[in-house]
Amino acid sequence: METLIYRFENGTRELPQQAQVVGVVSSGNLEVLIEAASLDGACVIEIKTAAVGFGATWAAVMHDFYERWKLADTRIAINDMGATPAVVSLRLDQAVETMLGTSA
Amino acid sequence: MSSYLESNARERVQRLFDAGSFQEFLPPAARVISPHLGQLDAPVSFDDGVVVGSALLGGQPVLAAAQEGGFMGGAVGEVHGAKLVGLLRRAIAERPAAVLLLLETGGVRLHEANAGLIAVSEVMRAVLDARAAGIPVVSLVGGSNGCFGGMGIVARCTNSIVMSEEGRLAMSGPEVIETAGGVEEFDSRDRALVWRTTGGKHRYLLGDCQAIVPDTVAAFRQAAIDAIAVLRTGPVELTLEALEAEQALLAERIERFGALQDPLEVWGALGIGQPAKIPMLEAESFVAAARGHRLGAP
Repeated sequence: METLIYRFENGTRELPQQAQVVGVVSSGNLEVLIEAASLDGACVIEIKTAAVGFGATWAAVMHDFYERWKLADTRIAINDMGATPAVVSLRLDQAVETMLGTSA
Repeated sequence: MSSYLESNARERVQRLFDAGSFQEFLPPAARVISPHLGQLDAPVSFDDGVVVGSALLGGQPVLAAAQEGGFMGGAVGEVHGAKLVGLLRRAIAERPAAVLLLLETGGVRLHEANAGLIAVSEVMRAVLDARAAGIPVVSLVGGSNGCFGGMGIVARCTNSIVMSEEGRLAMSGPEVIETAGGVEEFDSRDRALVWRTTGGKHRYLLGDCQAIVPDTVAAFRQAAIDAIAVLRTGPVELTLEALEAEQALLAERIERFGALQDPLEVWGALGIGQPAKIPMLEAESFVAAARGHRLGAP
């Protein structure tokens, strides 16, 4: 297992208080827990992944995610079992949309 | 119409109970995770693979648990089992109309060894305690991982089991039987054989489950409402008489079918006219074909 933590400052979009979880910790999949948290406007993402050695890929996917949503005061925790970058991006968007009540 | 099989645990509790009524205990944000998996450098899940909470079902208050088959095959570890036990104990205090167990599990989580085994035995005891306190416990089995091992026993400790044809219920899983007995005993790759032997239709014909439904969440919901309505008309405690009747049923099964090789032969021996057609029938016509032939039915 590998633990990766990313912090993005100066977000602009705040989320509702109610925490949400999407996805399942199964092979090629991940769960995303998303919560509002007082973080001085930052978005903090903590990843625990079974696939060791993909830090550069995670950094790129997290950066793209932050650029899409610019979340402020948000804590995201991920348990990953080897999801591909595309799946990770979709799950993160699903998590935000579930928070915002805009998912199907 | 949403498939029960294809839904995950959280989708099932959202879709099966009255809209918006499910309230989770120990939600993922509480981060009550397995203390063992981290030591083994294995992935954890924030709900340890089971969702527990309260809900309304047809307006009646119920407590419910849904196992997530995607996380370690729904296997029961220490925390997962403790959540089930806590829910069943809460039922004795709160006296809901019923406890619903949406089971999808390979049984004990081997990573957690004795803690997992003890957890499963505690769940069995908690089911029987809830029943002894007059709370009906209903199992729903329709996930792709089936319901196996110690949790198969738990299911049979409950008052009533609702299955789909796709659901499977047994003690040892197909691969376990093949490993122990050899491929001539049981070919775990023969999917038709696996479902004939452990699937909902065989369980229904042998009297191991009380209802069989099409693979939709709506059908499971209605069957659960119906099962609770039936159970609330009589005592739900496990009695010596019921145990003796079960023992007699099992003895009769060994006596009548013990020498047979395939469930098709068992169905023929039950008096089903064209057993080979059974796997192709939809739930409704299957129930009609089973009428008057299945074991354990009044």
